[in-house]
Amino acid sequence: MSKKIGDVILDLQNISLRFGGVKALTDISFDVREHEIRSIIGPNGAGKSSMLNVINGVYHPQDGKIFWHGQERRKMEPHMAAQQNIARTFQNIALFKGMSVLDNIMTGRITKMKSNFIEHALWFGRAKNEELEHRRKVEEVIDFLEIQHIRKTPVGRLPYGLQKRVELGRALAAEPSMLLLDEPMAGMNVEEKQDMCRFILDVNDQFGTTIVLIEHDMGVVMDISDRVVVLDYGKKIGDGLPDDVKNNEDVIRAYLGAGH
Amino acid sequence: MPTQANYAALDGLHTFPRLLFNHARTRPNAPAMREKYLGIWQTWSWSEVAERVRALACGLSELGFKRGDNLAIIGDNRPHLYMMMAAAQCLGGVPVPLYQDAVAAEMLFVLQDAEIRFAIVEDQEQVDKLLEVRDQLPALAHIVYDDPRGMRHYNQPFLHDIHELMEMGRIHDRNHPGFINDEVEKGHYDDTSVMLYTSGTTGKPKGVCQTHAAFIAAAQGGVQVDRMGANGDILSYLPMAWVGDHLFSYAQALVAGFTINCPESGDTVMSDLREIGPTYYFAPPRVFESLLTSVMIRMEDAGKLKYKLFHHFMDVAKRCGADILDGKSVSLGDRFQYWLGNLIVYGPLRNVLGMSRIRVAYTAGAAIGPDLFKFYRSIGINLKQFYGQTETCAYVCMQPNGEIKFDSVGRPAPGVDIKIADNGEVLVKGPMLLKEYYKRPDATAESINGDGYFLTGDAGFLDEDGHLKIIDRAKDVGKLSNGAMFAPNYIENKLKFFQYVKEAVCFGANREQVCTFINIDMGAVGNWAERRGIAYAGYTDLACKPEVLELLRECIEQVNADLVHDTMMADSQVHRFLVLHKELDPDDDELTRTRKVRRNFVAEKYKVLIDALYEGKANQFIETEVKFEDGRRGKVSADLKIVDAKTFPIAKKAA
Repeated sequence: MSKKIGDVILDLQNISLRFGGVKALTDISFDVREHEIRSIIGPNGAGKSSMLNVINGVYHPQDGKIFWHGQERRKMEPHMAAQQNIARTFQNIALFKGMSVLDNIMTGRITKMKSNFIEHALWFGRAKNEELEHRRKVEEVIDFLEIQHIRKTPVGRLPYGLQKRVELGRALAAEPSMLLLDEPMAGMNVEEKQDMCRFILDVNDQFGTTIVLIEHDMGVVMDISDRVVVLDYGKKIGDGLPDDVKNNEDVIRAYLGAGH
Repeated sequence: MPTQANYAALDGLHTFPRLLFNHARTRPNAPAMREKYLGIWQTWSWSEVAERVRALACGLSELGFKRGDNLAIIGDNRPHLYMMMAAAQCLGGVPVPLYQDAVAAEMLFVLQDAEIRFAIVEDQEQVDKLLEVRDQLPALAHIVYDDPRGMRHYNQPFLHDIHELMEMGRIHDRNHPGFINDEVEKGHYDDTSVMLYTSGTTGKPKGVCQTHAAFIAAAQGGVQVDRMGANGDILSYLPMAWVGDHLFSYAQALVAGFTINCPESGDTVMSDLREIGPTYYFAPPRVFESLLTSVMIRMEDAGKLKYKLFHHFMDVAKRCGADILDGKSVSLGDRFQYWLGNLIVYGPLRNVLGMSRIRVAYTAGAAIGPDLFKFYRSIGINLKQFYGQTETCAYVCMQPNGEIKFDSVGRPAPGVDIKIADNGEVLVKGPMLLKEYYKRPDATAESINGDGYFLTGDAGFLDEDGHLKIIDRAKDVGKLSNGAMFAPNYIENKLKFFQYVKEAVCFGANREQVCTFINIDMGAVGNWAERRGIAYAGYTDLACKPEVLELLRECIEQVNADLVHDTMMADSQVHRFLVLHKELDPDDDELTRTRKVRRNFVAEKYKVLIDALYEGKANQFIETEVKFEDGRRGKVSADLKIVDAKTFPIAKKAA
């Protein structure tokens, strides 16, 4: 499989993040290139999710610079990340349990909707045409993720693996250029993991979406990532191709303890 | 062969391509096919279908497809796959549909046997299967795929997107305008129109060659009996490789001109059924059964009022529903009650089942329980049975309206002649008989006797009204050691009529008593267990619960109580049984792809269990290897309890 990995689109330089006296991230630098699958791994509490939250503007690092498409990013809020075509999924599923799969995925289109609240409420003006257009996009996502059979099912009634898939669907509905996935395969069985891997690879391949992935399953990470960055206690201890990282002594020590 | 008179009525339309182009000429804008795409039903008219078939046929010819070539068709029911079927027939080729859920190794035999050079497949999954065995298929020259998803990096020159093929065909058609018409004109009713492989319950699958004339005759007979018109809808969701789907979704659709509707995916069939509301519906008994089970499970959860109403009106329906449908006389009071019930229970229920518009629903392939059958008829769904096999275009007997018996498969269909051989085997003759088994003159000769009758291999008899009753496979009918008749299928069917029993396998030939394996129905028993607060972890655990065994014991004892009144079968009461620790599965070769039990294979595989049943042991440990869908293997083990069931003394025949 040949795919074109482009230029650096996200560059994080010397990021440090503190919560009071707790140092969550210390002086971390790495970059993400266009169209690649970039994984962040590390033991529990290493700061992986914090890193993701820094990228999409939930946390604001005390030190360091973030460049997005070459421009330095100043203070940013999560909704601005969404407008800049960064979408994400969460470690704990964050869907609207009482709403159908279709409606949940539709919420992913919200930043693309131009008609205002009143138009929507009264169903006039741009609202109708817009809804049709967005529905089409949502149906494409449903088709892509093969979840036609649960289109109208309330999300709360679905098994965990499918909920994860719906969450990916909502992120995809935003047509992101960068997708942040926080442990998309946690708690899944082997078959569900295989499905999810296939979807991630397909998203990356067909839409050219850049993917930043946090995952604990080393098999998965080493299989599908283009590059891997390893964190431990808020510090970067490795960065590079999967094979390099696998043989990095610091990484082995962090995962297996000293003496191995 | 159809009679001369039939041909006059056909007006020269004696092959499927001619029928197709005739529809396109006479009613170009009528809907021919529908498919749900991105959540919305898309319709193709007859003229659009004809145009695509034309383009596909030209495209195929451009790739080198010639008269007499076989075209493998692998995938779910998709409009393009049906169109390809017609396209191959236009060129005088023979479509060979395969079961799409088979793994590559299983397909290999058919692909080799039919000397497949061309294949049309649905998607990447099927392409991968073919690529996996391609080195063993030297003849395979071209693979066309319908769904381009995931195919971007496949750049082998022998892979073609179906839209490319169509474009290629359209150019060819412009340059050779008369080509397709000439090819269609060359087609003869005696040509093989399709090759359907038998499921191979016994030995290797055989390719059954059916002519245009045979399938058209069978389709016409069916259309005539049920007075089917052009403005109907059918949901095409059963495997294309199965003779029933070919008869209903292809042959009858082309003869009568009704619309076929392809569901979005296998998982959405139920909701698609509701949306389409077909007028004509076919399903094997197990589908009707699972529909009923799901309704009953949901009724258990309904509020008190709804629950009471439902059961009250179901009792009314049981009393008079079927008679009203058959046009028999029913008292005014019952008629009123039924009318009321129709308003508040049966109508909404039919709607939920997606059967509001049904004119005729068919079931076949296995015996259907009388309760199940009565249920559907009593709520006003004209459910009927037919009988037939691949070799007879699934067309031997049909139940005519108003003459429905629960335990017979009906009268011989128009043009069909039936005889019962001395050993009880059903013999049939008619225009719908197979031309031959592909490259198997020996098998062809064996299956058709000197008088031109086909040996069905089923044991049965004609009752006093001329209705055919099927008992079992002729070769499965054996004798108990006391000489009484033992028809395992007959008993198994009685057991399977309970919603808790998914599958049963009876043993008893040349033995003193009958013993059986049971597979529980995970949905029904699981729900039953939850209701009683019985915790379980998966199938194996649930199957071993003493409460479940007790539940099944009651079922079996009911069957025994029923059997004791049956003069021929009274000795076949089930003495002992066990619940298998795993579900019988086609992936483990225990069932055929059409989900029939491979009796001998199961007997061989679980020999220790059979021995334990007959040795009187109280339990037996077993470990079995299972194959998962992705090809991995695992082991399932359990210590199975063996349960004795009460049997009833056989009443001595009155002198």
